[in-house]
Amino acid sequence: MGYAERNTWAQVISSIIAAAVYAVVLIPRLRTQTAHEVQWVQPMLWTIVASIVASIVLSIGIGIVAGMINPDTEHRADLRDQEIDRFGNRIGQAFLIAGSLGALTLTMVRADWFWIGNTLFAGFILFTVVGGIARLIAYRRGFQ
Amino acid sequence: MTKPTRVTNSVREFRTSAGLTQIELAARIGVTRQTLIAIEKGKYSPSLEMAFQISRTLDTPLEDLFHYPDE
Repeated sequence: MGYAERNTWAQVISSIIAAAVYAVVLIPRLRTQTAHEVQWVQPMLWTIVASIVASIVLSIGIGIVAGMINPDTEHRADLRDQEIDRFGNRIGQAFLIAGSLGALTLTMVRADWFWIGNTLFAGFILFTVVGGIARLIAYRRGFQ
Repeated sequence: MTKPTRVTNSVREFRTSAGLTQIELAARIGVTRQTLIAIEKGKYSPSLEMAFQISRTLDTPLEDLFHYPDE
């Protein structure tokens, strides 16, 4: 497994875990409080920071383990990695746009900030996760 | 997801004939070993520039390295 693929795994895993933890924290609050009352800003900020830190730590950890297993492991990306990265971004962008349009629509109908913020957040998470999975499939099945 | 290519190649055969390892050839054409493995397995079509670099490094014409079937 190459350097860029390892980083993609780290990014996808940390994003999925972060989103799951955020959902587990937020959903029970929605059962007892209205969307307007739910405190979501702090959990979302913590989720974003934790996801970034976890991705970096996981990436370094996987790199160290890969280096121990195979000392010839490379720690750089090349042209193929760049092409696969662009491909993943193109796939993920659809979700980013869908999230932005959803947030725009919610703003127009004067929905609560909770729904606007979380729709944008869902767009970012889906951009990262779906784009990352598309990259991983490209690495595994081939990329022409 | 991505359109499958009809291009096949004999990079592996010419590389082994030249006595080069995957790491050595990858280093000479400036890619990672994973990319060279993907090329040899037909999982990645190299750019034209990369194809020329492989051709020059292995001292083999492009037509012998890469094949495209007749219609």
